[in-house]
Order: sequence, then C-alpha cells, then structure tokens
Amino acid sequence: MAEEKKLFKVKIDGIPVEVEPGTTILNAARKIGGDIVPPAMCYYSKLQGSGGKCRTCLVKVSKGSEADPRPMPKLVASCRTTVMDGMEVANITSPEVLDARKGVVEFLLLNHPLDCPVCDQAGECSLQDLGYEHGADGTRYEFKRRTFEKIDIGDKIQLHMTRCILCYRCVYTADQLTEKREHGILGRGEVSEISTYIHKSLDNEFIGNVIDVCPVGALTDKTFRFKNRVWFLKPVDAHRDCDKCCGKTVLWLRGDEVFRVTARKDKYGEVEEFICDTCRFDKKETKDWIVEGPRNIDRHSVISQGQYVGVVKPHDALPDVLDGRQPKLLMDIHSISQVNRPEIDLSKIEGPAHSDDFKN
Amino acid sequence: MGRKLLLDKAHIENIRYYDVYRANGGYESAEKALKMTPELVLDEVKKSGLRGRGGAGFPTGMKWSFIAKPEGVPRYLVCNADESEPGTFKDRYLMEFLPHLLIEGLLISSYTLGANSCYIYIRGEYAWIPDILEEAIADAKKNGWLGKNIKGTGFDLEIYVQRGAGAYICGEETALIESLEGKRGNPRIKPPFPAIKGLWDCPTVVNNVETLAAIVPIMRIGGEEYAKYGTGKSTGTKLISACGNINKPGVYEIEMNISVEEFIYSEEYCGGIANGKRLKACIPGGSSVPIVPANLLLKTAKGETRMMTYESLSDGGFATGTMMGSGGFIVLDEDQCIVKNTLTFARFYHHESCGQCSPCREGTGWMERVLKNIEKGKGKMSDIDLLWDIQRKIEGNTICPLGDAAAWPVAAAIRHFRDEFEWHVLNPEESQVRNFGLAHYADPLEIAAPATV
Amino acid sequence: MFSEAKLNKVKEIIARYPQGKQKSALLPVLHLAQEEFGGWLSAETMDYVASLLQITPIEVYEVATFYSMFNMKPVGKYVFEVCHTGPCMLRGSDNIVDYIKKKLDIGVGETTKDGLFTLKTVECLGACGYAPMMQLGKHFREHLTPERVDEIINECRVNAN
Repeated sequence: MAEEKKLFKVKIDGIPVEVEPGTTILNAARKIGGDIVPPAMCYYSKLQGSGGKCRTCLVKVSKGSEADPRPMPKLVASCRTTVMDGMEVANITSPEVLDARKGVVEFLLLNHPLDCPVCDQAGECSLQDLGYEHGADGTRYEFKRRTFEKIDIGDKIQLHMTRCILCYRCVYTADQLTEKREHGILGRGEVSEISTYIHKSLDNEFIGNVIDVCPVGALTDKTFRFKNRVWFLKPVDAHRDCDKCCGKTVLWLRGDEVFRVTARKDKYGEVEEFICDTCRFDKKETKDWIVEGPRNIDRHSVISQGQYVGVVKPHDALPDVLDGRQPKLLMDIHSISQVNRPEIDLSKIEGPAHSDDFKN
Repeated sequence: MGRKLLLDKAHIENIRYYDVYRANGGYESAEKALKMTPELVLDEVKKSGLRGRGGAGFPTGMKWSFIAKPEGVPRYLVCNADESEPGTFKDRYLMEFLPHLLIEGLLISSYTLGANSCYIYIRGEYAWIPDILEEAIADAKKNGWLGKNIKGTGFDLEIYVQRGAGAYICGEETALIESLEGKRGNPRIKPPFPAIKGLWDCPTVVNNVETLAAIVPIMRIGGEEYAKYGTGKSTGTKLISACGNINKPGVYEIEMNISVEEFIYSEEYCGGIANGKRLKACIPGGSSVPIVPANLLLKTAKGETRMMTYESLSDGGFATGTMMGSGGFIVLDEDQCIVKNTLTFARFYHHESCGQCSPCREGTGWMERVLKNIEKGKGKMSDIDLLWDIQRKIEGNTICPLGDAAAWPVAAAIRHFRDEFEWHVLNPEESQVRNFGLAHYADPLEIAAPATV
Repeated sequence: MFSEAKLNKVKEIIARYPQGKQKSALLPVLHLAQEEFGGWLSAETMDYVASLLQITPIEVYEVATFYSMFNMKPVGKYVFEVCHTGPCMLRGSDNIVDYIKKKLDIGVGETTKDGLFTLKTVECLGACGYAPMMQLGKHFREHLTPERVDEIINECRVNAN
C-alpha cells in the first residue's frame, strides 16, 4: 500500500491550507485564492525557471517552520520559495510587504511610458492591474525615461521594448516551446533589452505564444494591432482539429468577425495550453472554428465589459439625478478634439500628455 | 611588527617561482594534509575559526561541511578571484606574488572537499595574471602536486584558470557559476545553494582567494594555533588593501588585534593621512560597507577603541558602526566631498547591476541621477529624503546582495553626512567651487573649522 | 576564421570542461576572437564563435553584450580605460581624464581621427592603492600624472609606427 503523502500545514495571512511538500508559497496562496494571493509579473507556472525577478510577490515569512520557527530575515519571493511544515506567511497583513510592493511597482513603472491609451494590451495588462491595486498615485521620477524603437520581429509580432518589464517569460517560452531561440536579453542592467541583435524575424510554429505570456504590451499581435479595444470584443471558447497544437482557443469577436485568436487563460492570466501560430494568426474566420460558447474572463478590469455571461448591468444613476430631464451636451467633443492625431506617438511624450503636445 | 601568516615570505626574491617557494617551506602543508583524511583536515579548518575573506565573513569550515556528496556526482571547488569591490586589491597581490600559496591552498581544499577539478575565476581586467597562475600550475604539475595520483595518494586534481570579462556581479557566487558556464552573470535564485546544486548542477564550493590561501598556514601551524591569532571570533590574519588619502597605500597583512587608529597612523601600515591633512571619513571594508566619519571610526559609540576585527568594526550596527567586508580600506581626508564620493559608488553599482530584478535595475540608476543633481548643485531638499526612500526600497528586496551593496553606501552617507548633502542643496554655487570640509566630522581630538577655498 | 594555432587553443579550452559543457568556453573564446579580429566583436565574429561551440548565435550575443570588456563597436588601436570610481577619484582621476581629453582632443567614448586612441572611463579595476590608473591592453598603468600620460601616449605612437 502506498504510503500516504504527508501534507504540509501552512498559514498565509492567518488562513490555514494544506499543500504537498515542494509547493511554493505563491501556489499555496493560489490554493486559498482571493485577496491574499500575491501578484506575479514574471512567474509563470508553465515555464520552467521563471519567477523571482520582478519582486512583486515578495512576502514575509514570520515563522520558518514547525521545526525551526525563526522568521526569515528578509522578504522572500513567494513564487520561488517552497513551504515548510508549519510555516506562517504574511502577505497583505504585513505593512512591510505592502510597502515593499509599492516600491516595486514604482520601480516597474519608472521607465514605463504609460501609453495605455494607445496600447493594445490595455484592459488585459497585468501592469495596469498591478499599478491600480498596489501602486502609488504618482511617480517621483523626474528624469528622461528610456525609450527604444519599435521593432517588427516577423510579420506577425511587434516588439515595443519601451513597455517591457524584463520578466524573461518570452525568453523561456522560446527556449521551451520552440526548437531554436532567436531572441534574448541583450545588454546589462538598466539598458538591457529583449532583442534579436541583428534584425531577425522570429518564425517558428509556436513563437506566437510570446504574445500571450507577455504581461505588458511589449509583444503584441500585429494582426490585431489597433483593430479594436479588447473590452469591446466578445470572447468565446472555440476549438478546431489542429495537427500541431491542442486547437483550444478563445476567439475575440465583434459580430461574426474574428478580431484575434488567443490561448485560453486562467484567472491568473496564464494560458491553459499553448497554441500554434496557425491557429493564432491564420484562422480568422468563424467557419474555421467550432464555437463552444461565451468565455468567462475572470478579471476585474474593463476587459469583462464585453462578456455576455454573468454581467450585471450597473445601475445608471444619471436619470435618477436628472429627474426626467435630458443631459445637456456642452460641446460636441468630436468636432473640436485636437487629441485624435495618429502621427503623435504618446509613448514618446515625457510624462502625462498635455494639450501643448498636440498643438501645431 | 605584527605576526604574519600569508605574506611572511612575500619579501623573498622570486618566491613566485616553484623552486624558491618549495625551498622556503612551500607545499609542506599540502604534504601534511595529504597524509591525513579529508575529515581530519576539515576539523582543522573548523578549529581555526577561519571566516570567508571575500566580504560576507561566513565560517569556512561550516560552508565546507554543507557540500552534498551524492554518489557518482563530481564536486567542484571554484576559487573566486573576481575581485571587483572598489577599494579591494588584495587577491591580486596574492596571485601576482605568491601564486603557489594559492595553488597549495587549492590542493588542500580540493582534497578535503573531494573535488577533482578546480576553477580559478579571475576578473578579466587582471589580464596578465592568468599567465602567472598558469605557469605556476604547470610547475606544480611538473613536480607532482597536480594531475593524476598526486604523491601516491590516489587523489587527482586539475586546476584551470578562467577569465571573466568585466562584470562586478560575477563576484557573487551564483553569478560566478553562471558566468563559468558561459552565460550572462545573472545571480541564481537561492535555494538551491551551490553546495547542493552549483556548477553544472553539481555540488560546488566557491571561496575567495585569500580564504583558500589561508588554508595553507592553518595546515602548517594547526587550526588551534591559528585560532590563537586575532581576537575572539576574528581569528587569524586578514589582508587589508588600503587606499585613498593615506601616505602608504598598499596591501597589508594584519593580525586582527590592532586598533583602527594604529592601522591608519602607524608607520608599519598606512603611515597617516597624506599631505598633512586630517582624517574625515573612512570606508573600511570595500565600497559597499557603510561609510563612517572619523569620530565614529576610531572609537565606537560606547567610547571603546575601535579594533580591526569583524566584531569591533560592526559594533553599533549600521547606526554607528560599519563592516570588515572584503578589507578594502578607503580613507578620505578633509578635502574630500562625501556627495561626490557617494555618487561615484552609486554610478558604479548602476553600471554593474545585472538588470535581472526590478528594484536594483531601476533603483540604482535612479539613485545615481538624483545624486548627480545634488552634486551638480541642482538638487532639492526633498531629494535627500527621496534618496533615503529609494535605498530603503532596494535594500533586502533584490535577488542578490548587490542591491544591499548599492543601498548601504547611500544610506550611510545620508545618515552621517546629511549636513553636507543639505549644504550642497542650499549652496548650489558655492558647492561647485569648494568642498564642505571637515566640519564636525573630525576625530574627537579637536574641532576644526570648515575648510575654505 | 581562426588560425590553426588558435583553433588548437580553442580545443584546449573546451577540454577543460566536462563533455557537453563546451558552452563554458564562451568567455575565453570571445576574448580570443576579440584579440584576433580587430579588437571588437562583429555579428559575424559572434556567429563564428557560436558555430565553434555549437551553440545558437543569440546565446553568444546575450553574453557578449553583458560583459563590459567586449567591444560591440570598433575601437582605436590603443584604448585608454581610465578608472573613475571612488578610490581613484579621491586621488585625482578626474584631472587625468581631463588631461587626456585635452591632449588627444577627444571626449570620453571617442576615438582620435587617426584611429589610434580611444578614451573610456571605466569602473573600479582593482588597483585602488596605485591610483589614479588606467588599463592599456593587457596591463595596468598606475600612479598616473600628466607627465606619465605624456610618456604613455608617446610610447603608443612609437609602437604604432
């Protein structure tokens, strides 16, 4: 008879959970779920070796284990620290953790262009969520932000390095999913970048997955670029017989039009199964697919707006306040807007955009 | 004259060559060790109380006892010769002038650990030293101290020299291992520690040059005898590389029982402050340890004489103390600007950050820029608090200790020299033409007026 | 392409590591390549190194761009790498940099028109007790003064002819 595996008893923010030995603190927290799950920008459970770099998941180990109850001297990366029996961890109950996390968010946003208005990732961006939930309301950085030129790596993927937070996920993806990695981290320190060094295009059956794993808008789908906002689209689960991958995807529709195809992501933004580039880039008609039904995107940002299930229409308070009167438009914004100027690249503007930036 | 264990024969002409080294008692420690069991050698190292000389001061015997010994898996010894901490140049001296001392130390250590391959990872800029080491390795091999079945013991050992290529971070042991594997010098996330999974995933011990060289005198005189040198837990002797505004910069071997004052002012060591100036501040353990003003350097906050030992230097914690670190002893005289000195260190850490984790990648550059503003007379009062907050958010939150190393010098400079930072902000023009001077930072002997133009 | 002698050297280096760990030879081989092919690493050079070590080119680019001693662009015949970190600064490295700038009429990071000299400022080289100092090729030049710098420049000019 197989010996019963001993489970480790762990407490995270006072909530007990039992997990198998070898489980990381982060995964133990995910088992509990809810607010006590530390955010993770670089860790990706499907990519071996990932994690430990972004430092957003730092937590405090207030009790090491039953055998050695001493607390750990420093905050630890919960994604790469395994639990011990009797361990007690403080995440959102530790002011020290929250303060450190706020610092990390500030560091991550230090050189980020904040060009969400023109970024395709907006609405499904982990950095947006992170900044919203854990960040400060402003930056204290008064220096020129680092910028990079946009590069097309292949005809389907665009690399916008200025937005990158150097999570290394795309590098692990290329290492573990494709036969030959052609892009990597070049340079050192603050000026390190994702690049191919000599302008090479990435072409490989599975390279499109780098778009899905990218937590920010650094790697985007060129076939979807500027086509639509993700929250205006209706996600549906679909599948097809594919000889290269599982063929299980999400189609992002407007009417019958397929705007883009992605892998199915779980509530932590991780893909359930990687998909091939044929499914992602070449099957852009509903007739290519067997649609299973609406997909529930378990995210709290605006992305859920286009969902058709479980949506509760928020109560519109305006009619109550106006008491039967119609709102009076002060101006027709569309006729006088100077902002809608595609030739102005918002990512190149230092700090928040100002009306002066749109003059001349 | 203080007693010496490492450099006692350094004055002998041609000691760098095998014949001279051997004729002066060289390889006798190895002879002795090879007749003992590895366990007994380890006992001697433990008894000696030797602590890692690279900066962290971790007990060497304990580190060695952690190495995993799975069946059929090779073990490695890696000698960390990536000496890059500003102010530190002691290992270079050992390798240049006493290469056989290091090789003998490597032989005894490898024998103890059961490692049959040993790599010396030397910083790339020391481009001429690999030739010296390789010549010494060849001579040692010719004389039967390396290769197969060394001196009939059945123990095999090869030593190889690997050059780095310019990266401070490779002095961190896991970054060094990555670099030795032909990769970028990104530190690994620990655990697993190298003693379990190190070079090519095999159990590995990484030790500093001086630590491994110290194994030779330990074997020569015995661990117990070695522990009688020094004070308390600071056993043995330590190489101190002294630099900055002193009369006699250079590498000194001290027994850890002398005072800081003696080290700076005696003719045997630094020979006092250069050009008849007064001492303002000192960074006694390499750029990353906290800077302390003269009045806290010579005496502890409790009023006791500050000694050149691990314990005494760190007495008072970071509030009033500092650290032994790697022994890079940097002395600043009354004409030096603390802000500018701190800026060069911030620039250094910014330049050397590997960029893997966000607080260090983004924070080091930010600190440099803010410091540069203050130094150039463009700073604001709030910048000083900002700097404090940035360093606080880097410290302890990074993958490897480089983040701490970048944060500490900034923190200590603000902690002890806040007046000088504020003076820079309040006197943007004056600060461009003269230095703040000694002010009240002087040693407690007498109060000096601020220096004028 | 390396000469026969250099190729043997590469083989010798690879033999230092266990079977299949030839990637460890990357740093030493890049040093060799930089010496051999004009003091810097072009994409072609790096691709060649990749083929020698049977690794992908991106693995070489990643490593070469990480370490400060590898030049990604052509440099002058003599590169003055003057240290300007704390201990050297305390002993006047800024004056030495200024003197070289004036003497050679170039800025930091620039090369003289004749392609002979490049001036760089670098971070601590481990010669703090012998400051100010610079690295010139394989060796350190220490205790620099303006006169010492003049001598070094003359020495390079003579050697170049």
